[in-house]
Order: sequence, then C-alpha cells, then structure tokens
Amino acid sequence: MSTAAAPIDVTALRADFPILSRTVHGAPLVYLDSAATSQKPVAVLDAMDAYYRETNANVHRGVYELAAEATARYEGGRDAVARMVGAPRESVVLTKNASEAINLVAWAWGIRTLKAGDEILVTEMEHHSNIVPWQIVAGITGAVVRFVPVTPGGELDMDAFAALLTERTRMVGVVHVSNVLGTINPVAEITRMAHAVGALVLVDGSQSVPHMPVDVPSIGCDFFAFTGHKMLGPTGIGVLVGRREVLESMEPFLGGGEMISNVTQQGSTWADLPWKFEAGTPPIAEAIGLGAAADYLTAVGLDAVRAHEVELTAHMLDALAQVDGITIFGPRDAAVRGGAVSFSLPDLHPHDIAQLIDQEGVCVRAGHHCAKPLMRVLGVGATARASTYLYNSAEEIDVFVRALGNARLALK
Amino acid sequence: MGGLDDLYQDLILDHYRRKRGEGSLDSPTVAVDQNNPLCGDEIHLELNIVDGVVTEIAHTGEGCSISQASMSMMSEALVGKSLDEALEVVEHFRMVMHGSEQGDEDRLGDAIALEGVAKYPVRVKCALLGWMAAKDAIQTYRREGEEVA
Repeated sequence: MSTAAAPIDVTALRADFPILSRTVHGAPLVYLDSAATSQKPVAVLDAMDAYYRETNANVHRGVYELAAEATARYEGGRDAVARMVGAPRESVVLTKNASEAINLVAWAWGIRTLKAGDEILVTEMEHHSNIVPWQIVAGITGAVVRFVPVTPGGELDMDAFAALLTERTRMVGVVHVSNVLGTINPVAEITRMAHAVGALVLVDGSQSVPHMPVDVPSIGCDFFAFTGHKMLGPTGIGVLVGRREVLESMEPFLGGGEMISNVTQQGSTWADLPWKFEAGTPPIAEAIGLGAAADYLTAVGLDAVRAHEVELTAHMLDALAQVDGITIFGPRDAAVRGGAVSFSLPDLHPHDIAQLIDQEGVCVRAGHHCAKPLMRVLGVGATARASTYLYNSAEEIDVFVRALGNARLALK
Repeated sequence: MGGLDDLYQDLILDHYRRKRGEGSLDSPTVAVDQNNPLCGDEIHLELNIVDGVVTEIAHTGEGCSISQASMSMMSEALVGKSLDEALEVVEHFRMVMHGSEQGDEDRLGDAIALEGVAKYPVRVKCALLGWMAAKDAIQTYRREGEEVA
C-alpha cells in the first residue's frame, strides 16, 4: 500500500510523459480522456523497449540466461501489480484486458456452474464488459441477468439491491468506479451482502485501480478485474485478481501451452496458479510495461494521485456548473466520486462538442461510453465526458471550458 | 473553428437548424429505425411510396449536426425518385462518403455539401445514418411486398 506521499507537482510530472508536449491543430494538447486510456510515462516505454532490445526470449521455457532474464522481468511485472493492489502473486492472473478477465470468470466459472433459474445480478451503471459476458452465460445456462437500478443522483439503489439479492443470486457483478458517472460504489458492503446469500462477487476495478489506493483483499470480493492501459501501462494486458480457493476450484478458461502440468494422449493436468489461466505465450513486454506503470504509480503515491484528482474534479464540476443549460451526470461532490465527468448541453450534440473543441487541442470522449443501458436510464443517447488523471492541471480544465463556450457559439 | 470549414459550412448548418422533413406521416407506407452504434443516435424514418415512387419522407430522432443535416438533405434528394433511382442515389452518396466517387450535385442536391465529411472517417457514419435508413426502408418495403404477393 502506498504511504502518505508528497502532493503532485504537475509541471515536473508532465515531463515524464513525452506525448503531453505535442500540439494538436496548432494548440497544446489538453488530454481529458484518461478514462478511455491513459498516456504513458517514459519509465513504461523504456521498460518495454529494454525488454526487446536486451532480453527478448520466451518465458518459462529456455534454460539459457536470456530466457531466465525474460522470465524474471515478466514475473516481476506480476509482482509489481500484486504489491500495488495488496494481492498475493499466485492470485494475480494476467489477461489481455479487463474484458477478457471478466470473460474468463464467465466461461471458466459461470458456464460450468450456473443452472436454469440461477440469477446474475449486475448494475445499471456497468460497462458493457460486465454485462455482455453474463448475457452470454445466461443464454447458454438458462440463468437470468438482473439489474440493480441507479438513483437519480447517480448512485446504486442499495435498498433495491438488498431486495434483488436472494438465494437464487449466484454472482454479483459491480463496477468499483463508474466510467460515466464517476460514482464510487460501496464494493466492500456489496460483497458482505452478497456473501451473506452465498453469491460470489466480481468487481470491475478498471476506473479505480489507476486513480486511488485499492487493497483488493480488504474488499473481500472473489474476483477483481482491471486493465493495464488505463493505469499508465500498455494496451494488450489486463489483470484478474481472484480469491485463491475460488481460482483453485475452477477449470481453465483457455487451453494450450504454458497452462499445463502434464499432457498425455489420455488427458492433461493443469499448472499451478496463476499459470493455469495463462494459456500460450503471454504478452511479455506488456506485462513488463504494466509492472513499470505500477511501480511509477506507487512511487508517486496513489494517495497523492487521488488527492490531486479530487482537487481537479472539484474544479471541473465548479467550472462546468457555470455553463448555461448544462446537465452534469453523477455525484456533485468531488470527495465521493472519481474524475470522469459526463455532461450534456441542450443545443450541442456530444459529437459536435468533441469535434469542435478538438480544434483547440482538447480531447474529450463523446458517445455512450460502452454503457448503453445506463444511457437509457439517464434518458440520453450519448454524453460528452471529460476525465482527468495525475498529469492534468486546473489550467487545462479552464482551456476545455473556454473551448466549450466557443463550440457553442460556432453552431449557434 | 479553423480547419473545420468542410464540416460546419453554412449550408450544412442551415439544414441542421431548419430540418427538412422533420416530423411524422399519417400512415406511412414503410417505417424503419436505425441507430448509430458509435454514438447511440437513434432515428426513425418514414416513407410514402406510390406507384414505385417515393412521394414523401419524414424523420424524427436525435443526432449530431452532421447526421441531422444529412438526414434533412436526404429527405429532399430522394423525394420524387423511383425506388431504383433512390437506391442508386443512396449508393452514390455512400461512395462519395468513402471517397470513391466524385459527388454529383444533380443527384445529391444540397447533400453535395457533405462531400468534405469523407475527410473525417469517424463522422462518415453520422452522415450515412439517414441514407442507410432510407435504403433499409426501401428494401423492407420490397421484402414485405414479396411476402404479400
């Protein structure tokens, strides 16, 4: 766990991110789409580059020095991530992304375990990645997917959740921090309630792990999924942290090289955790990059990252609140929410917002944010979303809000 | 707005602000829904078809300036065309959006102004939304005709 760290010096820290010094359409880049993917520090780029330049070899096989070094760096990446989220290394499974981590659980646990009439409870604020795999499982097993409603204030309706939880509930899938609303959900409480009826819990931490201290064992959930590229790491790598007893009770997801203990013509036995779930040559450079990202964030301090983002989000919410006619979705208190702020304007479609302010170098997301059921609940087809990270400054938010005003004038 | 002149020129903004064909028909010959999975826009399109000719077009729904303006222009361009002609114009517009054909103003009408959208691949889907709905409507009409016959 991170200890209390010094506040972030944004100007100094930005020098670690080469891309932040570029311009777009002649204006300085103002990157406010870190909820989609984060930018990468030199430490991550160098770690991946060094692997290919210095120690490229396949892992867990060769007896020669190069292979041993590659394996040490790959497993070192796992160790760094495990340390960052407080999990034992054998329960940290490396996947392609968060979606694959959730699909691993859906296929290796859900399809083998669930029966007709069993219920899978997810929330209306889930990303598609924590909805669609369960709909596929339901289609195969006859289980039913139910949705926990979201209140008008953008929080989970915990009374409704309690009412929906029954002995039929076998799995609860919940997002830790909403990628649309910014809401931070009470995942430890949800886990206690779900366990009380015998259900397992999968938490999607894609928007929490990059931005705040997270200690997975203290949440108590059975599965915790997140992705590398939103936490300063590369694309192509994600993480599934599982409770060891549950992972041990499960059959593999994908079969192939790496994940076996023995293979005969009659059948095969599986490798120990976590490799049982890592079939084939893994994304080696990506795991090394992810490890470097975890080390970078740990050195800055997740407490400091969180404190910086609470300040930025408060500034963003204040500045946007001044915009005439704006609707801001999600909690309005920066202290209890994440840094993704979705909004809509009555006279300007999100696509037009994103296109017009791009001319001033500002990157925001427009669309349904892979959360169409939530869009329906909010009564909109799409929103615009600005999201911050440790490298953003209050001045950038001011540039963004000014650009928003200019966009509005342009289409008036 | 600098480099966005192609995207937000006056004729396009005029169609965006004063949409032609916005509304509903009393008893349309055929109606379809179309959505843009990219941005969640959903539109509803209605056609009246008399003796194999598109006589009226009406639309409702939400969208960005490009998709709404394009829908408005499509409503004007296809009225009075036979079904085959209308499908041919839709195909021509699609090719123009993909940069494969030079826009023909005689066929496209005001929609010729959208030619520059081809430079913005993400927005091509927005511009095509209404036109693909029109194609879908004509094909649906023909399918249903076959089923009746």
